[in-house]
Amino acid sequence: MVISAAADKEKIEKDLVSLDINAEIVEQMCGDFVLADLDVGRDDLLDMRVEKTRIDDILKMLGRVEEGEIKLCDIESKVNESQIPVKIKNELKQKLRSVRAQLNADNVAAVLKRVEGEYEEAKVEPREAVGIVAAQSIGEPGTQMTLRTFHYAGVGAIYITLGLPRIIELVDARKKPSTPAMQVKLEEEYAFDRNMAEALAMEIEETHIRDKHVGKIETSTEDMCVWFSLNTRELKKRHIEKEEIEEKLKGMDVDLEVVANKYKLHPKIKSYHELLKLEGKVANMLVKGIEGVKRAVVRKTPEGEYMLYTEGSALKKVLKVEGVDYRRTTTNNINEIADVLGIEAARHAIIEEMLNTLDEQGLGVDARHVTLIADAMTMAGDVKPIGRHGLAGKKASVLSRAAFEVTMDTLLDAAIHGETDRLKGVTENVIVGQPIKLGTGSVELVAKSQGEMTK
Amino acid sequence: MKKGNVSILEHESVPIHEIITNEDLNALLNKYKIRKEQLPKIKSTDPVIKEINAELGDVVEVRRSSRTAGTALSYRLVIK
Repeated sequence: MVISAAADKEKIEKDLVSLDINAEIVEQMCGDFVLADLDVGRDDLLDMRVEKTRIDDILKMLGRVEEGEIKLCDIESKVNESQIPVKIKNELKQKLRSVRAQLNADNVAAVLKRVEGEYEEAKVEPREAVGIVAAQSIGEPGTQMTLRTFHYAGVGAIYITLGLPRIIELVDARKKPSTPAMQVKLEEEYAFDRNMAEALAMEIEETHIRDKHVGKIETSTEDMCVWFSLNTRELKKRHIEKEEIEEKLKGMDVDLEVVANKYKLHPKIKSYHELLKLEGKVANMLVKGIEGVKRAVVRKTPEGEYMLYTEGSALKKVLKVEGVDYRRTTTNNINEIADVLGIEAARHAIIEEMLNTLDEQGLGVDARHVTLIADAMTMAGDVKPIGRHGLAGKKASVLSRAAFEVTMDTLLDAAIHGETDRLKGVTENVIVGQPIKLGTGSVELVAKSQGEMTK
Repeated sequence: MKKGNVSILEHESVPIHEIITNEDLNALLNKYKIRKEQLPKIKSTDPVIKEINAELGDVVEVRRSSRTAGTALSYRLVIK
């Protein structure tokens, strides 16, 4: 296989045909074309009476190998063999390709060796306290974050928590965030049609009789009944059938009368209490949409695609709605993601949400610190909060707890329960004045005695 | 309004989960010199685990996309 330099696919094909070279373009990668290996060299082309000026072009295009020059496919396979992550491999391939003219087998090997060495250097040392470093790396920029919550700019603004409160919320793994919201991506036939997108927004937005001018409710204490009328225009706009509502009313176990386009409802038991209860029930009746989706607004992405932003979250139900692209729709409720899409998706969401929140405030935190936090939180198979006392719960060490808060009470409690401290952690060892078991402190030299040596 | 075939496995934030064979598991445990209980866990009630029919005690390999490494492999033990 030979890789040609970036060029127009049609032009290559044309040139190949005109040169009577039978080569197939196998696949396209990184803007280059992979051709089946050819046994055509400079001499062959000269023999074929190709103009001299074009030979270089064609050779370059075909990725033909000159004397001593290394084949791109060899670079490719060499790089693939090395022990470095895929991302670095790809970057390296690109770089090597661009300086190919100066490469031979030896210096490619040298470059690879150097890269492998640098990668090895860049790795964290064994026994490094990565957790502390992660905590500091997020904590320091955190001091510069706004304490206020901002909202989305634009029309029909949906408020979402941002900044420090959002970070705290994420780390706390609350069952429900203070501002649940979804980003609903749409299937192709909806995503490029504003009307379709608007209709879908209506479809999922929860609508009660009381709100959005759908209906008007009056309660009369005189004849112990609830009157309500429907706004036909609003119903039509929201594609709600009158019959649907009537059906629901019938299921409510009340006496229903229709008087001149108005509905008259009597509670079964004639009491003031029952009447008020009935009024509430009617007002809160869901006539359309998905419970929990308080509002849905259509927004156009920079890519020209329409999508929905919602206030309130009901991922499981929304994913099943026709027209919703269930592959790309997400919510900001981490626990909901864990329930619907699994722990790995939740881990992914924690990372993305944290990095986005930090990024929004202009704070660049390395993804690996955030990844470590997400890993620790999702380690046990569910989302565990990180609170004031660390990851889920109480520290094992008495001394470390005593050093933190209410020293006397902690020590007294520990004494009553007869606790033991194994002196494994940092604080304990600082208190008793011995090296902490981290980094270089975690290894010990053990000298063999003379007797052992001779054995 | 409702549609039938919604597979969460196709969701972009759900990485590929695969049950690994005993052979691969032993190689993994030997490589890091650990017991399988020391691996991160995943609940048997996890929606992905239900989809791929993994059972208690299985180990799943998770092929995540990683910001720093391109793709990264991770392993989780299925627990109650």
